[in-house]
Amino acid sequence: MSDRLSVFKTYKLYIGGKFPRSESGRVYEVTTAASAADAAGKGNWLANAPQASRKDARDAVVAARKAFGAWSGATAYNRGQVLYRVAEMLEGRRDQFAREVADAEGLSKSKAAAVVDATIDRWVWYAGWTDKIAQVVGGGNPVAGPFFNLSSPEPTGVVAVVAPQESSFLGLVSVVAPVIATGNTAVVIASEKSPLPALSLAEVLATSDVPGGVVNVLSGRTAEIAAPLAAHQDVNAIDLAGADEALAKELEIAAADNLKRVLRPQPVDYAETPGTDRMTAFLETKTVWHPTGSLGASGSSY
Amino acid sequence: MTFEYAPAPESRAIVDIAPSYGLFIDGEFVEAADGKVFKTVSPATEEVLSEVAQAGEADVDRAVRAARKAFEKWSALPGAERAKYLFRIARIIQERSRELAVLETLDNGKPIRETRDADLPLVAAHFFYYAGWADKLDHAGFGPSPKPLGVAGQVIPWNFPLLMLAWKIAPALATGNTVVLKPAETTPLSALFFADICRQAGLPKGVVNILPGYGDAGAAVVSHPDVNKVAFTGSTAVGKQIARTVAGTRKKLTLELGGKGANIVFDDAPIDQAVEGIVNGIFFNQGQVCCAGSRLLVQESIEEELLQALKRRLSTLRLGDPLDKNTDIGAINSAEQLARITALADQGEAEGAERWSPACELPSSGYWFAPTLFTNVTQAHTVARDEIFGPVLSVLTFRTPDEAVAKANNTPYGLSAGIWTEKGSRILAVAGKLRAGVVWSNTFNKFDPTSPFGGYKESGFGREGGRHGLEAYLDV
Repeated sequence: MSDRLSVFKTYKLYIGGKFPRSESGRVYEVTTAASAADAAGKGNWLANAPQASRKDARDAVVAARKAFGAWSGATAYNRGQVLYRVAEMLEGRRDQFAREVADAEGLSKSKAAAVVDATIDRWVWYAGWTDKIAQVVGGGNPVAGPFFNLSSPEPTGVVAVVAPQESSFLGLVSVVAPVIATGNTAVVIASEKSPLPALSLAEVLATSDVPGGVVNVLSGRTAEIAAPLAAHQDVNAIDLAGADEALAKELEIAAADNLKRVLRPQPVDYAETPGTDRMTAFLETKTVWHPTGSLGASGSSY
Repeated sequence: MTFEYAPAPESRAIVDIAPSYGLFIDGEFVEAADGKVFKTVSPATEEVLSEVAQAGEADVDRAVRAARKAFEKWSALPGAERAKYLFRIARIIQERSRELAVLETLDNGKPIRETRDADLPLVAAHFFYYAGWADKLDHAGFGPSPKPLGVAGQVIPWNFPLLMLAWKIAPALATGNTVVLKPAETTPLSALFFADICRQAGLPKGVVNILPGYGDAGAAVVSHPDVNKVAFTGSTAVGKQIARTVAGTRKKLTLELGGKGANIVFDDAPIDQAVEGIVNGIFFNQGQVCCAGSRLLVQESIEEELLQALKRRLSTLRLGDPLDKNTDIGAINSAEQLARITALADQGEAEGAERWSPACELPSSGYWFAPTLFTNVTQAHTVARDEIFGPVLSVLTFRTPDEAVAKANNTPYGLSAGIWTEKGSRILAVAGKLRAGVVWSNTFNKFDPTSPFGGYKESGFGREGGRHGLEAYLDV
């Protein structure tokens, strides 16, 4: 058998459950990581990824907002089921992702496979949190008076996520899963250099019962896409994981305009099991009071 | 035959206000570096109460250095020892609560009935509550040994001067942080009395520093490079400015900002209780409350009945001397705030809303504003959108629960809301849909140190009170 000519895949954005090309008609060249490069030090051509525009970002916010009501209103059990289903689908595409991660990050086959395994496990970890986080961070408060009140966490809304630049898959999932596990919807900017695992993840999401618009994936120039999201009045929060120091500051200033919740970039070892902070960063606490109709000091006696 | 209330004034002899006060830095009262002072007046009479040192940038720097120095030892103390300092403070507040209530009423203008029965008990309760956390932080759900952040820069408003101080200082100290706090320029006195309480409690020098001053001093606290945590309660505009200032730094930030709370009354609500709740929601503290229920959303079918009852109730409110124990409505905190309330109410009238106030005689000196209702209000009206921060209630109507929710959420703010209905499932359904940090059902404006308080959206982020309130002062 001679070498078969392979079929190229056109990678597309993922917005509102659909796979559009960028409305701008732009693409940019994605190559393998430099460490997997040829002698010239340049990576091999992998694909022309869509280079999303400001308009794509705004469309993604509209889709995320539209999806928010149903997703945040779904039962936590249901969200857990849907997320677990994503993990099942990821498992089925393990080899594809291992190849994409190896290309993207210049890892050996076995190391890339280990990263994919860790990523799937990460997704399962968050799937299990959906119906537990409220018990861990909410609760009843012992008010000194004839009232009771309950504090419950609620999703903050539409979260813009600047995914980590270096960890194209494990890092990506580590920042996306906590956002949606808690009922938020997300507009994700994939790693600029290595967007392909993110764009393929979108295909998994589209076939895994995740309602359209819950996660929207954009590829392109991080700074160009992040700026309108940070300034967007209908975005409630922003995760700056993949922004460098200068960009993060600029985005944080823009985010102040409507007092977005901001998760600043910080050193994270994505291989470690995370804590709950990526979930709590995008949760509000609502405290609901009610009179108890208490009998007062007399109480009751038998 | 009408009955008149005899005056029942609280004696002000219990409080001894000095003619002048310094800044409280490193355990000492000191003059401002540039020698500046300002006067604080009683809003009810315009009488000058005292002259207070006005902090500037150099003073902020000095206070931050004192706090930094104190941090090392304070944060290293066993939690049980920090707890005992806080318990001491709480007990002294209880002992001196009558004095502090009178002082707060004099400096702020709010009725003694409120400082005595609401503010002071809550202030003491907050210190008691967080005292108990100081030696239990590893049980708070933030990891096995959560660490303090360092120096906390705190800027508080004039509407609840001592209560906001308690909300900020108690959790900061319990978690091992040290504090530089700037009270508002119109109400510096109770914070300075608190400095004296710290002295009585034997609190180590530099752990709490109090810097009365204006916005520039607050800005200097926020932007000081050696401040690790910024906590602010105040206007949304200033909150946004602070968020910009701390952008790109490692400073942890919590903001408690404005609100335009919706108080939703359904047709099956107990009308008399609802009326009391509406009055408490908007006329408590002259409406100068960020979580005030300033938008009344009433179901159309009971609008007339409710408004009648409400107007009848408003006609019985007593406005006047805040030191009189029978007074319901005190003075507006400052001439500036009165001008703002007046301008917004006039704008409401100009935009076509119908204005109503009970017959009400305003004292000839001081800053006063009669309780005011606006009917015929639409969502586009300024009085339905802007935070007025005064005793002004806008009344809107709705037909269905969905419409009530949509209207309630139709604001950039998201601090508080109220629901009045006898139907439990409706309370839970509506509360779930409201984008607000605190929802009071069949009650309003209730506070408790065990209960997290804070907003959604442009009402800010972070929570104060409860276990949640610890997070703002811990490295988590």
